[in-house]
Amino acid sequence: MEFDPVLLARIQFAFTISFHIIFPAFTIGLSAFIAVLLLAWRWTKDEKFHRLARFWTKIFAVSFAMGVVSGIVLSYQFGTNWSRFSEFSGNVIGPLIGYEVLTAFYLEATFLGILLFGWNRFPPWLITLAACLVATGTAISAFWILSANSWMQTPTGHEIRDGIAYPVDWLQIIFNPSFPYRFAHMVNAAYLTTAVVVLAVGARYLLAGRHLEESRTMLRMAVGMIAVSATLQLVIGDMHGLNTLEHQPVKVAAMEGHWHGRDPASLVLFGIPDEAARKNHLEVAIPKLGSLILTHDWNGTYLGMTDFPEDQWPPVANVFFTFRIMVGIGLLLIAVGFWGLYLWWRGRLFETRLFLRATSLMWPLGFIAILAGWFVTEQGRQPWLVYGHLRTADGISPVPGASVAGTLALFVFIYGIVFATGVYYINRLINAGPKGQATEAAAGVPNRPLSGAEEAAREALGRSPGQGPGASLTAPRR
Amino acid sequence: MEWYLPVIWAGIIGTAVAMYVILDGFDLGIGILFPFTHDEGERDQMMNSVAPFWDGNETWLVLGGGALWVAFPTAYSVIMPALYLPVIGMLLALVFRGVSFEFRWVAKPSHRMWDIAFTGGSIVAAFLQGVILGGLLQGIEVADGQYAGGAFDWLTPFSIFVGLAVVAGYGLLGSTWILMRTTGPVQELARRLAPSFLAAVLGGMAVVSLWTPLFIDRIAERWFTLPNFLFLWPVPVAAALVGYGTLRWLTTGRESLPFIGSIALFLLGYAGLVISTVPYLVPPHLTFWDTAAAPASQIFLLVGTIFLLPLVLGYTAFVYWVFRAKIGPGEGYH
Ligand code: HDD
Ligand code: HEM
Ligand code: HEM
Repeated sequence: MEFDPVLLARIQFAFTISFHIIFPAFTIGLSAFIAVLLLAWRWTKDEKFHRLARFWTKIFAVSFAMGVVSGIVLSYQFGTNWSRFSEFSGNVIGPLIGYEVLTAFYLEATFLGILLFGWNRFPPWLITLAACLVATGTAISAFWILSANSWMQTPTGHEIRDGIAYPVDWLQIIFNPSFPYRFAHMVNAAYLTTAVVVLAVGARYLLAGRHLEESRTMLRMAVGMIAVSATLQLVIGDMHGLNTLEHQPVKVAAMEGHWHGRDPASLVLFGIPDEAARKNHLEVAIPKLGSLILTHDWNGTYLGMTDFPEDQWPPVANVFFTFRIMVGIGLLLIAVGFWGLYLWWRGRLFETRLFLRATSLMWPLGFIAILAGWFVTEQGRQPWLVYGHLRTADGISPVPGASVAGTLALFVFIYGIVFATGVYYINRLINAGPKGQATEAAAGVPNRPLSGAEEAAREALGRSPGQGPGASLTAPRR
Repeated sequence: MEWYLPVIWAGIIGTAVAMYVILDGFDLGIGILFPFTHDEGERDQMMNSVAPFWDGNETWLVLGGGALWVAFPTAYSVIMPALYLPVIGMLLALVFRGVSFEFRWVAKPSHRMWDIAFTGGSIVAAFLQGVILGGLLQGIEVADGQYAGGAFDWLTPFSIFVGLAVVAGYGLLGSTWILMRTTGPVQELARRLAPSFLAAVLGGMAVVSLWTPLFIDRIAERWFTLPNFLFLWPVPVAAALVGYGTLRWLTTGRESLPFIGSIALFLLGYAGLVISTVPYLVPPHLTFWDTAAAPASQIFLLVGTIFLLPLVLGYTAFVYWVFRAKIGPGEGYH
């Protein structure tokens, strides 16, 4: 059988990184949320914050473990699957990854141990400090990796000799033109995504009549966060798009489904891009609005697909559709945020069943938008790996297609099992809910007897007798 | 030009790899010990003794790989494709065992599957790390600065032997760690198992020390020509002495010294391998200098490393210190 190694390497990378990003997105947001809860607990001395922090820390632990193991795979895949790319860009983005390890990964990993296992052994201030450091670590990690990725999108600060990139100006490399926007957009996306999950969990409990006090707190915090960060996301996204128009115009043309640069562009709400016919089928569009958004002028023009040679086209339809999915979810979340604010203002936030029911189902939306956003960004970069310098097809390793195909099958199989189970366990922990004070073991006992852990685990199974009446509604039955 | 930069970087990577092998060594070793007890409580106790550290331990692997890419991009882009299958296999094994730390607790009482994943993942990862080491030692085919061999070049009796030796070695580190860090029946179990692992390790080291010079001329030349031999003979002698000492400490009931002895044994074996391969990074073709990154890149990260590495070592020491209490039966952190 013939295998196309380039295609297989791309599929493998897309598969592993798409799995990876789901967990970092959640851990970046959740670690910040936990840190805020703990700070609120120290500040107000209100025990509900403590219970919430402990509850989310259990979920965080499971998600973090999956983020770590899938990330370690990625760090080696640069070499295994993209060795020519590694050689081309090692001088320039290698050190960025090096700094990520030294400044972020150790910080996260070390203080994670204290955050997860220190509850009954260390004073609250140390736990709170550890949570803040873990949250900082995840954000620093995003800083470096997004800098590396942005350099691949908009390379600056380097020169190319004998087919290898050499650094000239580190500040230009790190703060390359698309980096500030990408960093802000991605970190905000992580916070938004987490807020959506918190909202969904709170809504789920309220519907089931469980953990009322904690759920109300979660709902209030999440609704406020979503209203702010979803709106902010639209603003940053708009600026990000303008930046992309300047540096990667063909990507924007594909995102907009804009074929001919001579006409003012309409804003295409829906359509089916057809590369051969160079037009959109079944188009629904608002005339000239596209030009207004991107050039701030009703009659402005910007380059369309046909202004670029075809061998530089990204896959138009993929970019076009994934962009609409992301923006659609973004607009929906803005609406949810303001609907929630309105209900809160009217004092009906916790009683409006339609709102609770709708939001309790929304937990995956942020993740879908993040994946969609990355597909826009990464596929829009095609056929380049390092934009304008190295083509994807020239970046791969001299590894036989059969090896890549075999390991790809393994990845699909193993990730399928491991991560599906992980998500199932997270769901189980959520069903179990925050522990009430009554079942809390006495604090301050060093080496709390193991029965404590078992109790937590059995509770996660929904077997603990100490739960509210709603427990049996959602807990798995055996 | 700056000939010393690549040497400094080789030193940093060497340190990262040594840290990794020791720290993740005892950590993977716990998984290798799992099959020797079927008692849930004992397994909990073993796992608890590394639970706060495993992520930090594995970060040394990321640093080793990352630093290789930063400092020696050509070596990185030759070695990874050459050892493609064992590297990916190892990473997948690490996936299984890594998630087991959390999954096992959440899954209780039906956690059997994650016991198996933890053990299997640990053993396969340890074995494949040895295979990778063996594959590297025996040499890699290079043409035009790129890997030029086949998909299975790494698979030889030698690399498989090294793989088994590394499993034994991690078993030794794991059992001496347990001996140091726990009390009760688990500690007894570790005391009983450690001598067998020690014997296997010493045997493995002896075989590798004979096998490599016999089949690889450049290694024979390195060790057995004058004046090299005059300087190098203390290495195997020291290894033999440390091996004997560790055995004595085990039989005389010492709790911490066997772990220290095992680390010393590992470091000596490591020193032997370094002596055999220096200055090659990709034996027998590419040296440190052939594969070095641009000096500007090496300097840029070096500046940060000088400040950050001590900091990292500092807080690594800090967590080990705050979690220094021994774990008795039925005690845990969760
Ligand atoms: C926007 C954020 C982001 C993005 C785009 C990526 N990562 Fe990631 N990564 C994180 C944010 C993150 C994190 C939040 O820092 C994680 C998630 C869970 C964790 O433990 O740390 C992490 C973990 C993590 C780890 C394990 C660290 C450890 O041992 O603790 C490695 C080796 C990588 N990542 C490597 C990569 C590579 C090579 C990527 C790209 C190709 C990548 N990550 C994309
Ligand atoms: C974490 C979120 C990310 C997601 C979901 C993502 C997604 C993708 C997808 C879907 C592809 C395949 C594109 C195609 O071939 O059509 C891809 C390719 C790639 N990405 Fe990303 N990416 C992410 C972040 C990054 C980062 C941070 C880097 C580097 C620092 C990176 C480096 C690459 C490389 C080297 C390829 C392979 C070459 C290529 O196909 O262009 N990605 N990614
Ligand atoms: C609401 C309107 C939004 C707009 C106008 C917008 C705009 C954009 C644009 C233009 C890009 C492509 C950047 C490039 O050129 O590579 C992008 C990427 C991305 N978007 Fe959005 N976005 C919006 C909402 C969201 C939401 C709600 C999320 C997730 C919760 C999200 C997550 C992402 C991610 C993860 C990327 C890839 C990383 C990056 O390049 O920043 N976006 N967005």
